[in-house]
Amino acid sequence: MTNATASLLYSKEHEWVLQLDGNRVRIGISHFAQKQLGDIVFVETPEVDDEVTVEESMGTIESVKAVSEIYAPVSGTVVCVNEDLNDNPQTINEQPYDAGWLVEVELSNPEELKSLLNEAEYQAYIEGGE
Amino acid sequence: MTNTFRYLPDTKQDQEEMLKFLHMSSIDDLFEDIPKEIRLEGELNIPEAVPEPLLLKKMQQLASKNKNANNYPTFLGAGTYDHYIPSVVNHMISRSEFYTAYTPYQPEISQGELQAIFEFQTMVCELTGMDVANSSMYDGFTSLAEAASLAISSTRRAKVLVSKAVHPESRSILNTVARGQEYTVEEVNLVDDVTDLRGLKEQMDKSIAAVIVQYPNFFGSIEDLAEIKKIADTQGALLIVSANPLALALLQSPGKLGADIVVGDMQPLGIPMAFGGPHCGYFAVHKKFMRKVPGRIVGQTTDEQGKRGFVLTLQAREQHIRRDKASSNICSNQALNALASSICMSALGKQGIRQMAQLNIEKADYLAKCLQKAGFIIINQSPFFNEFVVELPRSVKEVNSKLLEAEIIGGFDLESDYGFDNQMLIAVTEQRTKEEIDQFVKVLEEVVND
Amino acid sequence: MIEYNELIFEISRQGRMGSSLPESDVESIDLNTKYPKHLIRDVPAELPEVSELQLVRHYTALSNRNHGIDNGFYPLGSCTMKYNPKINEDVARFDGFSRIHPYQPAETVQGALELLYNLQEELAEITGMDSVTLQPSAGAQGEWTGLMMVKAYFEQKGEKRTKVLVPDSAHGTNPASATVAGFKTVTIPSNENGLVDLEELKQHVDQNTAALMLTNPNTLGLFEKEILEIAKVVHEAGGLLYYDGANANAILGKTTPGHMGFDIVHLNLHKTFTTPHGGGGPGAGPVGVKKQLIPYLPVPRIEKDGEKYVLNSNHPLSIGRVKGYYGNFGILVRAYTYIRTMGPVGLRQVSEGAVLHANYLRKKLEPYFDAPYSQVCKHEFVLSGSRQKKLGVRTLDMAKRLLDFGYHPPTIYFPLNVEECLMIEPTETESKETMDAFADVMIKIAKEVEENPEIVLEAPHTTVIGRLDEVQAARQPILRYIIEETDQKVTVKS
Repeated sequence: MTNATASLLYSKEHEWVLQLDGNRVRIGISHFAQKQLGDIVFVETPEVDDEVTVEESMGTIESVKAVSEIYAPVSGTVVCVNEDLNDNPQTINEQPYDAGWLVEVELSNPEELKSLLNEAEYQAYIEGGE
Repeated sequence: MTNTFRYLPDTKQDQEEMLKFLHMSSIDDLFEDIPKEIRLEGELNIPEAVPEPLLLKKMQQLASKNKNANNYPTFLGAGTYDHYIPSVVNHMISRSEFYTAYTPYQPEISQGELQAIFEFQTMVCELTGMDVANSSMYDGFTSLAEAASLAISSTRRAKVLVSKAVHPESRSILNTVARGQEYTVEEVNLVDDVTDLRGLKEQMDKSIAAVIVQYPNFFGSIEDLAEIKKIADTQGALLIVSANPLALALLQSPGKLGADIVVGDMQPLGIPMAFGGPHCGYFAVHKKFMRKVPGRIVGQTTDEQGKRGFVLTLQAREQHIRRDKASSNICSNQALNALASSICMSALGKQGIRQMAQLNIEKADYLAKCLQKAGFIIINQSPFFNEFVVELPRSVKEVNSKLLEAEIIGGFDLESDYGFDNQMLIAVTEQRTKEEIDQFVKVLEEVVND
Repeated sequence: MIEYNELIFEISRQGRMGSSLPESDVESIDLNTKYPKHLIRDVPAELPEVSELQLVRHYTALSNRNHGIDNGFYPLGSCTMKYNPKINEDVARFDGFSRIHPYQPAETVQGALELLYNLQEELAEITGMDSVTLQPSAGAQGEWTGLMMVKAYFEQKGEKRTKVLVPDSAHGTNPASATVAGFKTVTIPSNENGLVDLEELKQHVDQNTAALMLTNPNTLGLFEKEILEIAKVVHEAGGLLYYDGANANAILGKTTPGHMGFDIVHLNLHKTFTTPHGGGGPGAGPVGVKKQLIPYLPVPRIEKDGEKYVLNSNHPLSIGRVKGYYGNFGILVRAYTYIRTMGPVGLRQVSEGAVLHANYLRKKLEPYFDAPYSQVCKHEFVLSGSRQKKLGVRTLDMAKRLLDFGYHPPTIYFPLNVEECLMIEPTETESKETMDAFADVMIKIAKEVEENPEIVLEAPHTTVIGRLDEVQAARQPILRYIIEETDQKVTVKS
């Protein structure tokens, strides 16, 4: 069960996307993802002004037992990065949908949002068999 | 069984009991799964077993066919050196709790090894002036190649510049590795015995991930790392330095001079020459590269009672977890040699290592001056550590033959790697006495007078 | 194990020294007259300052907080923790082997070259290959060397092949080495018997396949019975077959990778050939090849010229150098001494013993732990802790409980395709009594899981330190000791 608001969209790589004003979105990883990873020890995100491309790697999340790629759920330019994660990567485990957000992106192709899953579809996806 | 081997404890009875337990009648039953077509018919065609007393004799005979530094003063350096190793080193690494142990993946029963490596990492950081060091790599040459690969991936540029004054074997391995990972290696020429800084400036551009130099360089000369750093900085390239750890006792640390990655081999400190291996690569970085360091790293932590302990950490980057996404495939390292080096550095200590380095400088300087007095030309224009190049009137091969007759191992021939005819790279360590050095000069004088 | 928790920096005292160097017998030099100021060290490196006795006590205490094969049973699957013979240590330390420089003229090191040449020949015979290089310093480096030769081979043929296939049970170094050599890895799922699925393989092998990397027996300890068919599939598509020699201890003198159809082989001398693990290294990973790959072997090569041994780098198609000098000579000396000690019959008995012991121990433990595969195993076997997991205890907990009984635990959580995996490799050098005692303890722990799980969950209890906080170690890494100096005394910070 997630605490997510109904307006979140999800990628099959377990990222969530929150639409902000204009063409901006905020991105993070889902509760399911943080649980799979275990205690997160380090996060490597792109920097402000970096370009990201949908379905391509835009960073990594490292736990004691694994390093996972973060795949961009959308294309665009990074406008904001959650600096707090440098000192407190465990925030992702504790509050994956709130304080544990990763980056904010200015979309270059808002059409891409249509390919993402809504909450119900994402729930079905993770229950379907991961 | 027809033979008994002391490493095979099974008696006929043991075997029978175990086979009975397995409801099998013979050992052959255990190998039924090997297709008949590929089973060996007879025994392997290798020499018969040799019992211990005879084997020791045989191996002594084999060893005595080699002329070793015990009887032949060695003036050969070029990356591997005849240095003094305190007796304690061998005694400590012969403790079987250290050498028969595996990688410390179960930290509760490996605190000895883990702590020793933590201490090693600390000492490497101290000498190099860097923030983080790993637990060792195969050797100094492969460390350098790994450093280049790290620079390529972290800067996302496609080329590295390496000075021709870097050890030829380093450059050779770097080329092999670069071909596998598909990046370019470009060489920077020499001016006399050091890197051509003007040439470096010209070759420097935004496509360069790193500049790689050696300190002291292959010819023993001290490169000006400060100047090289300035040039690298103009285009945001990293500075990778391959350094002799003994020299760092008295030379300014590459860390203080702005190096991003420092690599090298610990062989001069506590590790025998052993015909080239095993030695012990080290890898030290600025803290911004902490999570990108290849190989194993030991970190400090606590247990549930708050006791200080040590564990392998940052393992998520390693091959056994990252698999095809790993940036390096290194698994084994040179742990026992890192331990040997730690013990040597602890025995020499803060003062002793400076003393030892000082002896090296003084003895090399003495030989160079004697040779100059005898009319030989020393090629090095820059100050050198414990190695330098001398020009000879004959081929190095000829001169080395004469030296061998006098029971001396002569220096390295620079002809095949650099095309420098009749130029010999000579190393003088603290092991060389004044008498040996005088004798060396005498033989060279005789060669000239022949 | 004893209580001792001091770092060598913490027991240092300014002015102490653990060695004695001679005075200089030549003229002294003021460094300022020789080097530019900015290249002279301004602050000395803070190395320890201890007496020789302090040094010896420190490292002796550390050794007492460490567990090696000489301390007790070490059934680490895939690592072949067999006895490390002492004669090997003595021989490697002979001055004639340890005090020789790699660049000495060949005529002054004929003994060393003879040893290397003979070792090459013997390893070629043992693996059924045509030629061997001793250069790579470890298995992973051997893999990379082998794959670089595969790359060169196809480049020479004008074929662009970019894929290397590995089974899902492969050791992590396989795909890592493939990536570092510039290939893409494709994972082949195993069938329900834990072996390569021949049908899956056929679907994945094509003109883009450079090589299939296999261990045989595989990482589950099972012999790939269909190896000849597998070889055929790969060879018919023009690909090469690579043998990861980590499990060679199962087949010495019984069969060879050459017979099985492999084109390239690497061996782990620190596994099969008793060279000591040393706490993580050094090792050696020689590579053997069939005829068609000989031109690509690294240089320099050790060859025979009449009665003399020489080094030859004149091989234009070689992939070049992979490691400094000629390989880990000191390790090669140990392996050579071992092969001389055992001879052909001895080596065969090594594998026979290894396989007998693994099957014996497996049968003893099978009633108490899930055994995912029923096939006769070779030198190692896997169990699953899934039965215990249902009761709330994981393989990790049982491994920690084994520490209380003086055993190093088996390999855990590898290979990845078995749930709560335990991989056990007794080796041939252990006695039946040792294995019986170990089995008794494993059975005791299995019972504890049912009757008293707390004691397992909170293990270890008797070790010098309890379970360590690995999350903290990775989040806020402390990777070195920081020294703060005040006057005469060295004080602690961190």
